[in-house]
Amino acid sequence: MRGLAVFISDIRNCKSKEAEIKRINKELANIRSKFKGDKALDGYSKKKYVCKLLFIFLLGHDIDFGHMEAVNLLSSNKYTEKQIGYLFISVLVNSNSELIRLINNAIKNDLSSRNPTFMCLALHCIANVGSREMAEAFAGEIPRILVAGDTMDSVKQSAALCLLRLYKTSPDLVLMGEWTSRVVHLLNDQHMGVVTAAISLITCLSQKNPDEFKTCVSLAVSRLSRIVSSASTDLQDYTYYFVPAPWLSCKLLRLLQCYPPPEDGAVKGRLVECLETILNKAQEPPKSKKVQHSNAKNAILFEAISLIIHYDSEPNLLVRACNQLGQFLQHRETNLRYLALESMCTLASSEFSHEAVKTHIETVINALKTERDVSVRQRAADLLYAMCDRSNAKQIVAEMLSYLETADYSIREEMVLKVAILAEKYAVDYSWYVDTILNLIRIAGDYVSEEVWYRVIQIVINRDDVQGYAAKTVFEALQAPACHENMVKVGGYILGEFGNLIAGDPRSSPLVQFNLLHSKFHLCSVPTRALLLSAYIKFINLFPETKSTIQEVLRSDSQIRNSDVELQQRAVEYLKLSSIASTDVLATVLEEMPPFPERESSILAKLKKKKGPGAVSVNELEEGKREGGELNGGGERGGDSSAIASTPSPSADLLGLRAGPPVTAAAPSAGSLLVDVFSEAGVNDDGFLRFVCKNNGVLFENQLLQIGIKSEYRQNLGRMYLFYGNKTSVQFVTFTTTVTCPGDTLVLEPLIEGGAQVQQVINIECLTDFSDAPLLNIKFRYGGALQNLTLKLPVTINKFFQPTEMASHDFFQRWKQLSLPQQEAQKIFKANHAMDTEVLKAKLLGLGMALLENVDPNPENFVCAGVIQTKAQQVGSLLRLEPNAQAQMYRLTVRSSKDTVSKRLCELLAEQF
Amino acid sequence: MIKAILIFNNHGKPRMSKFYEHYTEDTEQQIIRETFHLVSKRDENVCNFLEGGLLIGGSENKLIYRHYATLYFVFCVDSSESELGILDLIQVFVETLDKCFENVCELDLIFHLDKVHNILAEMVMGGMVLETNMSEIITQVEAQGKMEKSETLTLLFIWQSMRQSQASRFSSKIS
Repeated sequence: MRGLAVFISDIRNCKSKEAEIKRINKELANIRSKFKGDKALDGYSKKKYVCKLLFIFLLGHDIDFGHMEAVNLLSSNKYTEKQIGYLFISVLVNSNSELIRLINNAIKNDLSSRNPTFMCLALHCIANVGSREMAEAFAGEIPRILVAGDTMDSVKQSAALCLLRLYKTSPDLVLMGEWTSRVVHLLNDQHMGVVTAAISLITCLSQKNPDEFKTCVSLAVSRLSRIVSSASTDLQDYTYYFVPAPWLSCKLLRLLQCYPPPEDGAVKGRLVECLETILNKAQEPPKSKKVQHSNAKNAILFEAISLIIHYDSEPNLLVRACNQLGQFLQHRETNLRYLALESMCTLASSEFSHEAVKTHIETVINALKTERDVSVRQRAADLLYAMCDRSNAKQIVAEMLSYLETADYSIREEMVLKVAILAEKYAVDYSWYVDTILNLIRIAGDYVSEEVWYRVIQIVINRDDVQGYAAKTVFEALQAPACHENMVKVGGYILGEFGNLIAGDPRSSPLVQFNLLHSKFHLCSVPTRALLLSAYIKFINLFPETKSTIQEVLRSDSQIRNSDVELQQRAVEYLKLSSIASTDVLATVLEEMPPFPERESSILAKLKKKKGPGAVSVNELEEGKREGGELNGGGERGGDSSAIASTPSPSADLLGLRAGPPVTAAAPSAGSLLVDVFSEAGVNDDGFLRFVCKNNGVLFENQLLQIGIKSEYRQNLGRMYLFYGNKTSVQFVTFTTTVTCPGDTLVLEPLIEGGAQVQQVINIECLTDFSDAPLLNIKFRYGGALQNLTLKLPVTINKFFQPTEMASHDFFQRWKQLSLPQQEAQKIFKANHAMDTEVLKAKLLGLGMALLENVDPNPENFVCAGVIQTKAQQVGSLLRLEPNAQAQMYRLTVRSSKDTVSKRLCELLAEQF
Repeated sequence: MIKAILIFNNHGKPRMSKFYEHYTEDTEQQIIRETFHLVSKRDENVCNFLEGGLLIGGSENKLIYRHYATLYFVFCVDSSESELGILDLIQVFVETLDKCFENVCELDLIFHLDKVHNILAEMVMGGMVLETNMSEIITQVEAQGKMEKSETLTLLFIWQSMRQSQASRFSSKIS
């Protein structure tokens, strides 16, 4: 083909793009005229011109002719001509070409030619193109070639992989049916090459139709057993550096991982024997010093370990596998350390070996610190995450935190998410959790995504016990001269909500807190400034003494005339709000944030998202459920609505609505791999205690359902309206509620009335005093899943109080009358909220007793009196609450004519202040 | 399965590429560049595995590579393949090249790209391993060689080497 060589060198000698195009056009015209000419071209010329066309195409020019000539080449008897023809077809023919019929015809001829070389060319072409038309034409033919007795081994190999390719592109057209058993028996083929090719096909088919192919298990085991027990020279050419058929062994072990352990005892015994032999061989001295020898040996070993982990049923083998991996953890070969860490990750999730994996913690931590290779360090971090449990969480989190300071940029964000999840999942005391997350922000603030700091705020809001500590810690953290903007956000939010808890200390007095926050203001971005402005208005409510200072700030030109419309609007509105609203209105509008509804940790959702398509299916599923769920909330909003409206940063998605799939308290969905701190199954009484001193509000809310309550009580009777709001756009099916009350103390008559928002009325009669609240059980179907929810109904003994006004003299007389030791209950407890006199008064009034003025000689103290009305009897009760502002403590004393009532009242009230 | 097999030299010049999934010509070039970028910055003596670049499927896929003198051999595989097994496969591939070319060097890959593709086709088909036995592979390749010689000499290799150089057509003309 001198002409081709000349043409190519011409092209390469072209000095410019234009010259090249000119030369190509000349050649195209030449070829066109040759193809169109009257003289019939011989095979050689056709091959030459087709070759030139290919070359021109590969230079980036469109070819719109010559296909016919290429197809003609397919029917040539010469190998080289046929080869060029097939090449042209593979590269240039698209599947909808009209020529496909001619091409298929030529392929058909070659397949039936009995010339193995031609058959292989045809099979390669089918596998390369793999179009649907080809599948339609040959899906029936190829299995026949594959299992025919007289087919050459090399053709069988090609046929197996060609069939696999067609199965992957058009599974519906490849019907194995009658061929199944003969294909499976290829595992017994004499020729190892055929087995090697066939096993890829069988593995793929088994994954799709495990039942039809399950006979392959015993065949695979016997094949494996023959390979494993053979001497290193038995398999001749398939022995690779003294290891018999390593590739095939690996593939056999992979195939077995598609199935559960064999049920047949004999097969299982043989397999366990194989696995033991493989584990034993790892301990033998190497037959060669070459790295290829140990590579091949270990390739089999790692697959064997994967199989053992997959079966997860042989404790003995699992422990041996774990020990073997433990040895590899300290191997000098980096590859082995990498693979050992990776395998251990899966081993850590097995109950048999979790403990054994944990013994390697020091080695793994060391790997995280000292490995030179980032791939290996990443695996070490993954393993630490996998082996973490309650017993070692503190150590692991601490190590991960210290590694973060020097971690590679590429893995920092993932590390941050992992630390955040572990800290949340295994937090026993929440101060540790708060410390960890704040450290996280300090060390790697740039990599702390919004989900992480949203989450810490959700948790602090929902956990009363950590609020004071959180306020103190953020206050300290903010004192660093340079702190990350995320820290300012968390700080602003938490001090805005709970700054009062540390305001008693003169070092963190309201003004100090405010000045500290405001010193960061100018360095922050707009969303953070917006959040800080909201924190300021909350300050005005919490600390009236800061009002003038803050108003000054709001009034300054840089706020009220800020060019950013959001900041300006906030400054204007907050300024106005602080100057015209009365203390009461301000207190209502700026009330403390209500607890966040339970949901899956948004961080976890984020990690799943990061992990790529594998996890996405879950997210997508939830996507559909959530549609319209945010706005369609038809539920009754109770007294909390104003507080919700004052979310400090509307732009911040604190509720994580877009991030987390819904997880209801009692029905954790399959998506929640980790246990969220709030999603404890069972009775939900978060809402319960909030209703001791009030009658209306939202009892419960999650992503699906909101339950609002309105109630009224008179004498020993009560009526409770429950409002069930469906927050989704989908109908709840079989929505049923049942109310059970302990000891039948209360008579309940549930009525359900229809409507878009279902309202239920419960009539309550108090027969005698009680301490256990009735339970409300709700069951309904949503998207096929049964949701089951149990809530404590906020019916407490104090609801049946009749206030009793009395003078100081009467009070003390009655107080003395109730002097039996069991009639008195006393509790001393720490203040959970600000010790604000007005708030205390409001709460005591909400309790239902009469608040008696000028009775106690100490004006700081509160005394109340009331009579509890039950059907059986009336129980008179007296109460005295002594606040100690300095110690932030209260002493509560309750005396009543019945001991159980005193005790219960005391318990209920101790949680309220 | 094997998603792609790439060979490039220490400077990132592609010497051979074979993709078993469909990508546009542009994306293929980008994948080669990205892969080179990922692999070349790694020290010697670190492990031979790393997560794949974004273009070829990110952490779903692994890059398994070996560095021989001036050339990187990179296999991009999904999770169904054994890492060490693939390392062995690369070794078999290189040893086979070595036997066929008698001391293979980078220039052999440039001038006999067709043969390299033929050898690879005897080992891997559609992303699946066809044969791992070196002598079997060599037998097949030699049989084809004989057939070609018996017919007139094909200049197929020229366009294939052109295809390879086409990526850097005007920047540098190899020979």
